[in-house]
Amino acid sequence: MLLLDDFLFRALLGGIAIAAVAGPLGCFVVWQRMAYFGDSLAHGAILGVALGFFLNIDITVGIIVICLFIALLLAMLQRQNRLSSDTLLGIFSHTSLALGLIAISLMQDVRVDLFSYLFGDILAVGKEELIWIYLISAGSLLVFAYIWRGLVAATVHEELAYAEGINIGLVKLIFIAIIALLIATAMRLTGVLLITSLLILPSAAARRFSSSPEQMAILSAFIGAAEVVAGILASNTWDIPSGPAIVVAGSVIFALSLIIKPKVN
Amino acid sequence: MVKKREILISGHGINLKAGGRTILDHIDIEINKGEIVTVIGPNGAGKTSLIRVLIGAIKPDSGKIIKAENLVIGYVPQRVNISPLMPITVKRFMSLTKKTSPIDIKSTLSIVGAENLVERQFHSLSGGETQRVLLAHSVLQNPDLLILDEPVQGMDIGGQVRFYTHLERIRKSLGCGVLMVSHDLHMVMAATDKVICIHHHVCCAGEPEKVRQDPALVEMFGEKAVRSLAFYTHEHNHAHDGASNRDTITEKSDAAS
Repeated sequence: MLLLDDFLFRALLGGIAIAAVAGPLGCFVVWQRMAYFGDSLAHGAILGVALGFFLNIDITVGIIVICLFIALLLAMLQRQNRLSSDTLLGIFSHTSLALGLIAISLMQDVRVDLFSYLFGDILAVGKEELIWIYLISAGSLLVFAYIWRGLVAATVHEELAYAEGINIGLVKLIFIAIIALLIATAMRLTGVLLITSLLILPSAAARRFSSSPEQMAILSAFIGAAEVVAGILASNTWDIPSGPAIVVAGSVIFALSLIIKPKVN
Repeated sequence: MVKKREILISGHGINLKAGGRTILDHIDIEINKGEIVTVIGPNGAGKTSLIRVLIGAIKPDSGKIIKAENLVIGYVPQRVNISPLMPITVKRFMSLTKKTSPIDIKSTLSIVGAENLVERQFHSLSGGETQRVLLAHSVLQNPDLLILDEPVQGMDIGGQVRFYTHLERIRKSLGCGVLMVSHDLHMVMAATDKVICIHHHVCCAGEPEKVRQDPALVEMFGEKAVRSLAFYTHEHNHAHDGASNRDTITEKSDAAS
């Protein structure tokens, strides 16, 4: 495929795949008010990168391990009810980011482009990486579709879902694993510092035009893809960093969504 | 009256602690087929926790829960806090945990007089509408046991009476057992087979008539309850005389004002 030789085309393809997962996933982040939670996991991803380099394993594995670890630790501390959730998240978020930055700076033998992990660099995505992005995104979407009904039910009312036979613990665990996978791929797109916006902006824009959870999820995926395309093209045209360009494109689309009159309530 | 006793669910010696506080202390409870059991107790007495334990959503620290084989529970939670950022119609809510045909949804909603709400957004419903939709949703599961947590909270008296009428009709047609949580002594005594008063531990339990005379009940509910109970007694006599629901309503609203 000759087109894949074009860096811009590769960037667009990769970005769209990531947005297609981030949109629907972001709906739950919005519905469950877990924006800060997403932030904590994303920041923790830097620690995951360091772990990957340290153990000489794939950084995606490192990121998933760290994200799951943070999620479990949070769940345990939240059960104790000593500190409020947002305080705990604030502590986790920045501690894991700081630890990750220190760990990476200590590794003198590896040359790490920290800037691209923090803010993304989708224009540098290679062919092989693109294939990985598609495999991970497709797998995530399949699993996500499988747990969809249970996850919606658990979001509406946990005990009600439980009473009707939904395995809440399993559904939540899979959800966090999918978020971790998304963070691993989206790090290339917007970097860990901006990932949350990739989750939240499309759903926030989609809300007013949706009357069911399913509609909102699908619409979010399309809005997310539009943001990515607009951001990457802007980045290429004006020679500005791609990650921040995507986020700003998302904000502009969100602002537009507030002006347009929706058909549904 | 004399039916074969068939235990739907029972809890034996349930203990539950949270954050060093005792929430449930050696609770015994049993619900049989076709029976209405009501759990009463002041706010924070552990009523909702007891229900969570029975459903299995939280594990007790000790004690045993025995469920009938393949027991299907229809659960009506106390409150459903759906974020306004989540668009969800009543129709979609009815298919929450499993896909349901539009015909079944409509017909079930019509049992509780809510068929006109089918296209409404869930978070735009009033308190009474929400409770009726929740009740209809639980009926869709075709339950052997209905569990309702303070179902009439925040409803006006007319709404309460309508709700209980729907509930009674549903119970008869499904032949299911009912476990209800309430802090409203008034309604409880009128239509219940068994009352269990809890304040972390079981204060008293048994038939309403027996529980009513138990000093533990008066002690638990305090001065205010004594009056409410006396009031109830008065009304109970009326019920025996065949007084209609309407009389009950008038009396209660008089007392409230």
